[in-house]
This record gives sequence, structure tokens and C-alpha cells, in this order.
Amino acid sequence: MSKKTLLSLNDIHVTVAGKEVVKGISLDVNEGEIHAIMGPNGSGKSSLAQALAGHPSYEITGGSAKINGQDLLEMDATERSLAGLFLGFQYPQAIPGVTVANFLRAAIKARHGEESDELRSFRKNIKAKFDVLSVDPGFAGRYLNDGFSGGEKKRLEILQMMVLNPAVAILDETDSGLDIDALKVVAHGINEYFEEGKGILLVTHYQRMLNYIKPHQVHVMIHGKFVRSGGPELALQLEDQGYDWLNGKSEQTEQVGV
Amino acid sequence: MPDAIKNKNIANIGDNYAEKYGFHNPEEYFHKGARGLNHEVVEMISQMKKEPEWMRKFRHESLDIFLAKPMPKWGNTKILNSIPFDDIFYYIKPIDKQGTSWDDVPAYIKNTFDKLGIPEAEKKFLAGVSAQYESEVVYHSFKKDLEDQGVIFKDMDSGLRDHGELVQKHFATVIPNTDNKFAALNSAVWSGGSFIYVPPGIDVKIPLQAYFRINAENMGQFERTLIIADKGSRVHYIEGCTAPVFTTDSLHSAVVELIAEDGAYIRYTTIQNWAHNILNLVTKRAMAKTNATVEWVDGNIGSRLTMKYPCIYLVGEGAKGEILSIAFAGSGQHQDAGAKVIHAAPNTSSRITSKSISKAGGRASYRGLVKVYPNAQKSKVSVECDALLIDDASRSDTYPTMEIDADDVRIEHEARVSKVAEEQLFYLTSRGLSEDEARLLIVNGFIEPFTKELPMEYAVELNRLIELEMEGSVG
Repeated sequence: MSKKTLLSLNDIHVTVAGKEVVKGISLDVNEGEIHAIMGPNGSGKSSLAQALAGHPSYEITGGSAKINGQDLLEMDATERSLAGLFLGFQYPQAIPGVTVANFLRAAIKARHGEESDELRSFRKNIKAKFDVLSVDPGFAGRYLNDGFSGGEKKRLEILQMMVLNPAVAILDETDSGLDIDALKVVAHGINEYFEEGKGILLVTHYQRMLNYIKPHQVHVMIHGKFVRSGGPELALQLEDQGYDWLNGKSEQTEQVGV
Repeated sequence: MPDAIKNKNIANIGDNYAEKYGFHNPEEYFHKGARGLNHEVVEMISQMKKEPEWMRKFRHESLDIFLAKPMPKWGNTKILNSIPFDDIFYYIKPIDKQGTSWDDVPAYIKNTFDKLGIPEAEKKFLAGVSAQYESEVVYHSFKKDLEDQGVIFKDMDSGLRDHGELVQKHFATVIPNTDNKFAALNSAVWSGGSFIYVPPGIDVKIPLQAYFRINAENMGQFERTLIIADKGSRVHYIEGCTAPVFTTDSLHSAVVELIAEDGAYIRYTTIQNWAHNILNLVTKRAMAKTNATVEWVDGNIGSRLTMKYPCIYLVGEGAKGEILSIAFAGSGQHQDAGAKVIHAAPNTSSRITSKSISKAGGRASYRGLVKVYPNAQKSKVSVECDALLIDDASRSDTYPTMEIDADDVRIEHEARVSKVAEEQLFYLTSRGLSEDEARLLIVNGFIEPFTKELPMEYAVELNRLIELEMEGSVG
């Protein structure tokens, strides 16, 4: 029996502020697959992530996309989330005055309803997930991302993913701003979440995250297009050689493996 | 607050003011005076209340002051200048006798307060309750153990009757009848309100509450409250208010005076939820003596126009004042709220935190005054004003005044205006919340510094009110 396709992108184009930044991306994420999209800054990979999650400023101007067989492009951000898509933000937003616990509860309620078991067993579930991510229980009472360190924000993104339990998670630069210990913790959380029936799309600049999370496929994105796709070995090659050999010109602003 | 309760209330979408608070009872009253204001009306009120001569004279003098004083030339002058003083009923006595048990109160009035949840709240967490309907307090209860300790909690009329000397000594000493046009009006026709006296060293641990209900159209409600906390005592007083929805305006013009003697503590909490046809023009002022603390926690959700600036005079060394206010201005509303603190003694400190939310063309203004007299050295002042705009049609203004005449003081002042950011909305909607749910969450977070100061039941109620106001907000 063939695997079910969770997220299917066909020739996706994205425009931001009148400029086309994604120029025809096609990709299938099937059950049990982890895909990594790698590329230099400005290659359009984060724009693709934002557009897929439904950010109103990122307009999908061409192509088609499906989540669990449903037309993604017909849905707003709320509906995409409820249909099983999750975006782990590169820059999570602070919402002062709203505690992590109240926010998570609101998100669970939106998904499962007022009278759901998920809402009733909320406290216990959260506690277990805090433990996986080595998060202090006091975290629940803090205001959402308000005054959080970079590492805390990324842990909270992963925590949300574990709580909301989406079919497909797009993780946008989840590794950026993390020291090696925090990276291990976050990767542990991602691996805990991942199982048969789930899909992950990792968007990253560096290979180092892939030491902890094994992708089935790696796609290199430059100037809004995939220029190469391959197995995990492609990521290692990028670490050695940078993006120049794919790009045709040198990349001066970024150092790989800092 | 327990999250279960908070959440329960966020589910109550579909309610609205008209159903929940805006109902109107038939007007079958013991006494309903004529419309309009003159010395005959004032005389009638005083006669019906069988008042002492000093109060009768005070009322007549106050009416002359009211008539002589020009309308304020600031705030919402358009509405102020259009108040139909001749059309208003200044005194309505709904029933002959106040009840001390809900069974003593006519069923239709009891039903009103039942719907508003007052008897239930009384059973659960209040030490005393006063329920005013039109001009008079129709129900009053107070825990016996506090009474036995010498604490007085009565409606103002009973206070005047039973504790004449104490009232005469303090009445209108914090807010004289010459203070402003509406304080003069209240002084002329006041009726109802609360009188509280807490003896030295007594701590009233659970809150006392008054609930004010206007039922008649074109009603003027003029309650008068005086709270005296004697040396080292503590008290928390809470007031709430609602009215039916009419097309013509009613007037609510209260005067509230607080006196915190040396080392005393008074907190005065208001959740104002008047219908959108009420003009709410209120004078509130406190006197804080040596090492005393006064806190105004002032929530303004309802009314068509509110002009109210709770004030604290820090007159004794080491006195502290805190004013925490929120204002929600929806369509057709103008909340002109703020705070005033006068530092008139050394080592005094004050903190003003004002938060306003404007939505659907509503207008929220912060109007503040901080004055530090030359002798008030080593004083500390902190003012923080935050305005949140839900959409482009709404408006926020800030009118802060600071007069600092001492040189050794610490002043902090911050003012911010922000909009609900698209990025915040996207973040929350990407977690499955609808845009309305996301906006409500952001607004609840914005006012969290206020709600966390409220007793739990009131925080729940406030969140629910905000939710009602936020419903169907523009997308």
C-alpha cells in the first residue's frame, strides 16, 4: 500500500509586496517523511513557509496545494491550522498579558471544543510535554513569548507543535539562535512528535540540525526554486562546500557551521 | 484566576447587553417627582428624607452654585452642552421602605438584581451589599460580626440619619459643592450611595459592594458616597452599575469622597457598565493622610460619555496612591477618563496606570494631572498610559499634565499607542484561533494588569463584558 500524501505542493508561486519570491515549487510530503529545505538567506524558503501557513502578506499567485487531500489555498490561516498544518515560527510573536497556559488552552479549545477530553486533560498533558523539553513548570504562567530568550521561544514553538499534534509541521529556522544543548532538546522534542503518519518540513540554513533529525529528502532552494534534491548526504555536501557550486556565485554574507 | 472559570466565560458568545442588562421594568413607583430642576424639587427631596437643617441649606446653596457655574469648556463639550436638564427626573423613590432581606423587596426589583447576580455574589463572597434602584437603596445587608466591631456600612441617607455628627464633620470636605458644576448638581439632589466608617485598626477582610441600577427613562441618578477609614484600618469597596437601553440619555452624576486616616488603607473598585445612553459624569476624590494608602481601580466599559478622573490628595508624609484604570470605547462611545494625584507632603508616592481600548469608531481619552507641591520632596511619581486601537476608525487622545514644583523627586512617565498587529493576529490564527478569538485574547492580555487586581468573580465578569464589546469587531 502506498503512503498517503499529507502535503502536496504543485508549482507554487509566492509574491510579497509585489515581488515574486517563490517561483514554482513542487513537493510531496508523505506520511512518515521528513523533508529539509535548505538554502542561503533570501532564497525564499521562509516566504514559502509563511505563505503556506496563510500569512495575509504572502500571496500565493500560482500553483496548487493540498493538505490531507483538501485544497489548502481555499483556506484562511485558522482553517489551515485546523486542517492539520503547523508552522513553527522563526520569529514567534509576543502577546503580553496572555499566559502560555491560557494561550494553549485557547488553541486546544479552538481545535477540540469546550467539552473535549483534550481540554479536560490539558494540565496533565502539558506537564508531560514540559518534561520532554526540559521546561520549568513556571513557564505556563509566563506571558506568551514576552521577554523570552531565543531558546525559550523555540522550545515553546516545539511545545505548541507537540500539544496541537498536527499532521504536517513546517519548522522555519527552528535551529537559529540555539546553542548546542538547546538544539539537542528541541530536536528531542521534534523526534518525540514525529511518528508514522506524520510529516515534517524543516526549513533551515545550516546542516547542524540534521545531525539530530534525519531527513529523508533534502531540497536546495535558491532564488525561489529548488535547484537540487537528494538524500541526507546532500546536506553534508552543502556543509563542506557551501551553496556556491549550486548557485554559480559565492555567498559572502553567511558562514556555514559557525 | 482559575483558568476553568475564565474559559467558561469566553464561551458565552451570543449574549448581548440588551438581553443581559438592558431589560426595563414597568415604572410603578412609590414616588416619582416631576421632570426638571429647581428649588422646589430640592426642597421636596429634603422634606421626603426628613433631613437636618444643615443638609437642607447645603442642598439649596449647591443648586445655586450649579445654576451659576458655566459648563466645563473641556472634555466632550458637544454632549455636555446638549444635556436636557429640564427633561430629567431628579428623584424617584421606587418603594416606601428599604429591605434587609430580599424577601422584603418587591418581586420585580428582586428579579432585576437576581438577573444581575447580586444575591448570589452576596452569599458567596461579600461582607455587605447595598442595592440602589433609581434614587434609593432598596436593599441593604451587612455582616453582623463587622457591625459588632463598630464598622458602619449603610446607605448615605441612613448614615445621615443615624450618624449625623460623623457625616456632618466629613461630608463635602473632600469635594466641596463649589468644586465643579456636576459636584454642585449632585450636592443639590443627591440620594442614596453608601456611608462607610471603619474604626481604628479594624480590617474588613472581605469586600463591601454597592450595585447601582437605573430603570426609568430620562432618569438622573445622583448617589453620594463617603468612606472614612480610621487610623490603621482597611477596607475594600466595590461598585457596579447597569441600566436599560433607551434612545434618550439618562444622567448619572455621583460624588464619592474617601478619607484614609493615618496608616489606613482603602481600595475602591468600579466596574462601570452603563447602557450606551447614560452620561456618566462623576467626581471621585480621596484624601490620604500620613502613611495611608488609597487605590482606585476603575473600569469603564459602558456609557455614552464618561468624564471621570479619580483623584488622590496625598496630604500626609509617606502616603501612597495608586490609580489603575481601563476604558473601553466602542461605537458611539467616548470614554474621557483619567487620574489625578496631588503630592502635598514629603515622601509620598503615586502610580497611575491607564489602559484604553478603542474599537469601531470609539474614542478613549486619557486626561491626567500630577501635581507635586514644593514641600513634597523625595516623592515618587509613575505614570503609564497605554492605548490599544482595534481598527483605523477608532481614536485615542492623551492629555497628561505634570506640575512639578519640588526639585528632589523621581518622575517616570510613559505613554504608548499601539494597534493590534497583523503579525500577532497571524501568529494566533495559525494556531487555529479565529480572528475574533485572537483579537479578544490580545485585548484580554492588554488589560491583564487591571483584571489581575480584581477579585476573581469580577475579573471573570469584566472579561465577559469585554468579550461582549469585542463581538463582531471589524475584521
